[in-house]
Amino acid sequence: MKKKVLVIGVIGADVHAVGNRILYHAFTEAGFDVVNLGVMVSQEEYIAAAIESAADAIVVSSLYGQGELDCRGMREKCDEAGLKGIPLVVGGNIVIGKQKFEDVEKRFKDMGFDRAFPPGTPPETTIEALRELLHMEEEA
Amino acid sequence: MKPVLLIDFGSTYTKVTAVDVEAEQLLGTADSYTTIETDVGDGLANALEKLHAQTGPLAYEARYACSSAAGGLRMITSGLVPELTAEAARQASLGAGAKVLKVFSFQLTEDDLLEIQQINPDIFLLVGGTDGGNTECILHNAKMLASIPFDFPVIIAGNRTAARECERILSGHEVHLVENVMPKFGVLNTEPARLKIREIFLNKIIQAKGLSKAAELLSGILMPTPSAVMKAMRLLAQGCEDEAGIGDLIAVDVGGATTDIYSMADGMPQDQATVYKGLPEPYDKRTVEGDIGMRYSVRGIVEAAGLKRICELSGLSQERVSELLAMLDEHKDMIPEPGSDLEKLDFALASMAIETAVTRHAGTMEETYTLMGLTYVQSGKDLRRVKQIIVTGGSLIRTARTGEIASHALASLNAPMSLRPLKAEVRVDRKYILAAMGLLSETYPQTALRIMKKELEHDGYSEQKNS
Repeated sequence: MKKKVLVIGVIGADVHAVGNRILYHAFTEAGFDVVNLGVMVSQEEYIAAAIESAADAIVVSSLYGQGELDCRGMREKCDEAGLKGIPLVVGGNIVIGKQKFEDVEKRFKDMGFDRAFPPGTPPETTIEALRELLHMEEEA
Repeated sequence: MKPVLLIDFGSTYTKVTAVDVEAEQLLGTADSYTTIETDVGDGLANALEKLHAQTGPLAYEARYACSSAAGGLRMITSGLVPELTAEAARQASLGAGAKVLKVFSFQLTEDDLLEIQQINPDIFLLVGGTDGGNTECILHNAKMLASIPFDFPVIIAGNRTAARECERILSGHEVHLVENVMPKFGVLNTEPARLKIREIFLNKIIQAKGLSKAAELLSGILMPTPSAVMKAMRLLAQGCEDEAGIGDLIAVDVGGATTDIYSMADGMPQDQATVYKGLPEPYDKRTVEGDIGMRYSVRGIVEAAGLKRICELSGLSQERVSELLAMLDEHKDMIPEPGSDLEKLDFALASMAIETAVTRHAGTMEETYTLMGLTYVQSGKDLRRVKQIIVTGGSLIRTARTGEIASHALASLNAPMSLRPLKAEVRVDRKYILAAMGLLSETYPQTALRIMKKELEHDGYSEQKNS
């Protein structure tokens, strides 16, 4: 079976490279084909990469607290670019300060993200969620 | 003596260069007006007559030629995302010495097909999708192409998953399959497409362009002229087995209608604090500015630089510049008299042609403040440490102020984000031998390298200016 393709990267003016490398290895290890855009990735770059590589999902990381601003409008841009319904996943320190994660998650879901993960989420949890989103268990 | 003849069939001139490969020296150069209507053989005969008047009759060991006659190698490309596979296709075509008339991205439309039929290119390069990636676009575009009558060859260099199907869709046409120009995201692989373009150029285009009679006289090697210049520049920069090159360089060729820029340099970020964005660019990069040229594209230079700067540089009034520009519109073949206003204007135009074309060719650096501090974002090639500029093209080699004009290729404090060379030595191709040396390098690389080192005249050392 063809491997599922993920486009990953750290959004905005965020240069946190370590978590990005860890995710790259974890996803690859888990059997995904990973297009890693590295740090300081714009919405347009995720979308262009997803189009060329016919990606099955986009995984956005944000570690510096500005994630909410950076992610705004991404779902609409995907729709515009013909990536209708592509799963969008976000995780990291996606907002500033102490906020209830349920509220944060709700806001990201309202923005069109399929899943949002709080700080400290192990890669396994994300992999599990991706498998479910991409209906991989049923196919296997 | 072991003379070799090198021929450059241009669109207006046929240029010949004779070299003694034993003594490793230039014997002579000459040119003659070319007429496309007849066979270019006439132009060649005239040029040879002029050459032999200088050198005496020569018994050539071999004859090699390049050509940009009849519009050069005209190509159209289509890719998927403009900044990704469409850009990779453009890079591949330019690198093969082609003139890229149109780059399509995403799905071709009915109007695009009309345009393709109108342009009727020599080669169509069809790409799109990384390997295993998007197949929809390239398949759609193959189907669209198949729906119109055409007889140009198509090179398929896209997603390998879809390649065979594209070939089937286009059956009945001349189709060539090569490796993907972008096999993985962000990885350029333009060499297979470049080689195929050159092969097709050799086999088909020579006949179509009235070069067949001349080709019979040749010992082999016929390539597009820009491709020959590219070879010469790669050799000059990198050297060959037994001799070192001069290192990273930029070459500028300001022509009548277009300006070509070549850079031989890696150009990737030099430190950890710099993040690279966008498609990586090839070590040997060529760009062509279709709107920048000394006669047919004068208006493009003025538009890019602004009338004010042209006036400042030439020292002429706005009225006088406008007057001269109007004159150039009428007479494309004007050559300035020494000391004339036109010479002053040409100086300003050539300076701005170089500045504009090199700025577009070079990468840019942006400063961004992040929570981690100041970060630099680079896109395109960083040419700041390039130390050599090679200058060619009629308007530059026939003036005494070449070095001054060429200094406009350098970084300027007015545009601190542009990654142009900070400081460089200028070398001038006064005898117009670059294409000839590229041809010669196929068989005699060391000789070509030594002749270039000897003949490319030093014209001072330029540094970044404040204005």
